[in-house]
Amino acid sequence: MEVSVSDFDNLKATELRLGLPGIDAPEKPAPVSPRGSKRALLKANEECWPGTSKSLEADTSNQEAQPMAKAQVIGWPPIRSYRKNSFKARKAEVEAAGLFVKVSMDGAPYLRKIDLKVYKGYKELREALDNMFRCFSTGMEGCNGSEYAITYEDKDGDWMLVGDVPWEMFISSCKRLRIMRRSEATGMPSSP
Amino acid sequence: MPAGGGWAAMFPDEVWEHVFSFLAADGDRNAVSLVCRGWYHIERRSRRRIFVGNCYAIAPTVAVRRFPNVRVVSIKGKPHFADFNLVPSDWGGHADAWVAAMAEGWPLLEELHLKRMVVTDECLELLARSFKNFRVLALSFCEGVSTAGLAAIAANCRNLRELDLQETVVEENCVHWLSHFPESSTSLVNLSIASLEEDVNIAVLEHLVSRCTNLKTLKLNYAVPLDRLVNLLCRAPQLANLGTGRFTAEYRPELFSKLESAFASCKSMKSLSGICEAVPEYLPAIYPICDGLTSLNLCDAPVNGASLTKLVSRCKNLQRLWVMDVIEDDGLAAVASSCKLLQELRVFPCDPYGADPVSLTEHGLVTVSTGCPMLQSVLYFCRQMTNDALFAVARSSPNLTCFRLCIIDPHTPDYVTLEPLDAGFSAIVESCKDLRRLSVSGLLTNNVFRSIGASADCLEMLSIAFAGDSDAGLHYILSGCKSLRKLEIRDCPFGDKALLANAAKLETMRSLWMSSCFVSLGACRLLAQKMPLLNVEVMDEKKRGGSWDSQPDDCLVEKLYVYRTVAGQRSDTPPCVWTV
Repeated sequence: MEVSVSDFDNLKATELRLGLPGIDAPEKPAPVSPRGSKRALLKANEECWPGTSKSLEADTSNQEAQPMAKAQVIGWPPIRSYRKNSFKARKAEVEAAGLFVKVSMDGAPYLRKIDLKVYKGYKELREALDNMFRCFSTGMEGCNGSEYAITYEDKDGDWMLVGDVPWEMFISSCKRLRIMRRSEATGMPSSP
Repeated sequence: MPAGGGWAAMFPDEVWEHVFSFLAADGDRNAVSLVCRGWYHIERRSRRRIFVGNCYAIAPTVAVRRFPNVRVVSIKGKPHFADFNLVPSDWGGHADAWVAAMAEGWPLLEELHLKRMVVTDECLELLARSFKNFRVLALSFCEGVSTAGLAAIAANCRNLRELDLQETVVEENCVHWLSHFPESSTSLVNLSIASLEEDVNIAVLEHLVSRCTNLKTLKLNYAVPLDRLVNLLCRAPQLANLGTGRFTAEYRPELFSKLESAFASCKSMKSLSGICEAVPEYLPAIYPICDGLTSLNLCDAPVNGASLTKLVSRCKNLQRLWVMDVIEDDGLAAVASSCKLLQELRVFPCDPYGADPVSLTEHGLVTVSTGCPMLQSVLYFCRQMTNDALFAVARSSPNLTCFRLCIIDPHTPDYVTLEPLDAGFSAIVESCKDLRRLSVSGLLTNNVFRSIGASADCLEMLSIAFAGDSDAGLHYILSGCKSLRKLEIRDCPFGDKALLANAAKLETMRSLWMSSCFVSLGACRLLAQKMPLLNVEVMDEKKRGGSWDSQPDDCLVEKLYVYRTVAGQRSDTPPCVWTV
């Protein structure tokens, strides 16, 4: 199932678009660093969309209207784009292929890595985690009934309970996942 | 007057050395060395600082031999346009040869400043081993080092005062490089690591900051979060120059008040930068230091204009402001009325490729120019301009020494009259007699170059893009501009005639860069033939190890870099570069 979903995602990636990308467009969060960041974004998108004109620019749904960007000229406007932004572009290119985060589970001897892009929502994520860590848990049906809570570390370094924010917001801010024992999770607000 | 020491021997050498020590400017010392052989030798032995504007202009061993007692050296490598990815990445600018020569000849070296050079870990390791009095390492816009090299510096340079990595790309290789500063190391005055992408061990950093009680400058990288900034500030309230890490977190009242008190305890703070990804809720924590700030860099803070305006309006003593165009004309109006001591303004585009309208226009520039009588240096990105606005700037800021205007779309005319911006820029060069640096943009004909050539007597550096009608434009520049040292041109219809007619001028300049112009290989061959003291480098990244010799004279050169040198052809050209 995972294979067909990513094929689907790849098809979407080559689809010509004008205007606002839809909610299920293959998005990645735009780097906030202003100088050169858009070039990194554009470069990554060029990799995804071979053969389309350079003037198409994809962006996250944070942006407003999407007029056709003018054709980009190398080195213009003359804003310093450090090599580190090309380093970020390399990282972004790697991440564009998938949003891999580490998953740790209390008591498990090793960690796993999953690609968040592959899942359509929280339900699929929980099922996948359940399958992955089945041998370490006595059942993880739903979050409330089980002895484990799924938490994640966000961009600011805070540990949050999975499920509170919209899925898209979650995958754009999730850095890693941790499956905690309920007993350790006291003090966490329970999901509504 | 007898040569070789005749009248120079009237006084002992030490007396002359003492006299020469009052000459700070390199130009003056150079002049002294031309007077007679005696003075040449006394001067060269007593020279303590040298500045090498182009690392290929002289061979390292020759420089070291001529000035055996240098303590401070600055060297620059790649051409300026390397910042915008116009120079092939393997072009050169290697520091190895220099560091090797210095290790041999200058054991007492104290300071090394490198800009736009390729530095390796081996260089840093050699450096750390070779100079026992080493105090200052400043690498700006460099690349090639990793944290392993930094670890070597930290471990071995016992008296290190400054480690400044401004805009230098550092690969990660040794995660605990900061821990290599020994416990006994307390001499740091400047630690600037803002460009480091990777995490640092913040506990180690806190301990280092605590024990370096003379620390005046601390520039953190993005990896240092807001709450750890509080701890660091509490340990170093004597800081004068701070670069924060990321300035974003969920709003928590107790963190805010801790941050605010931490800033309030920094009574000496003069300059602030970083503030990466600032959220408006935390900006007021900075207010306690605003009054004392002379320099503020908000280029990494894409906060809304209103929040920025509130912050900047409190900085009554600001001399330098770097900000993004989200501050808008309104924000600049507030700057003009609050920051009367402003000398330098830089406004960068937050979203250069998007078409999001930002209300930053020529009005913002004019308001600051009229409101800030001490304005000397401007770098301004915008999307529209008028000749009238430029006239106003020329009138209100005749003391400008640096004026760099970048209108984002090439060939943009005066949007009201639809005329070229020739008249506006001409007014600037005619009024600003001390102008040393100029970048032009927008729709420009050869007329503006006639004015620049004729009026810009102090101009040392000129940057031109998408401008001019014909060779005459380049000819005006090269036959005028008495003080020109660096000229960089891209995408202009300039070609062979002007270049060859002004070949001699090129030897009076440090360098010339021309890319995407109409220069032919034949002209380059002629130029190289006529001027043996110039290196004429042609570049074509599609050509790798191909034979330039067989190319016909009429083929156009994509990138050309010409510089004067006494070192002859360099030996480290990559395949895409050919010294004609």
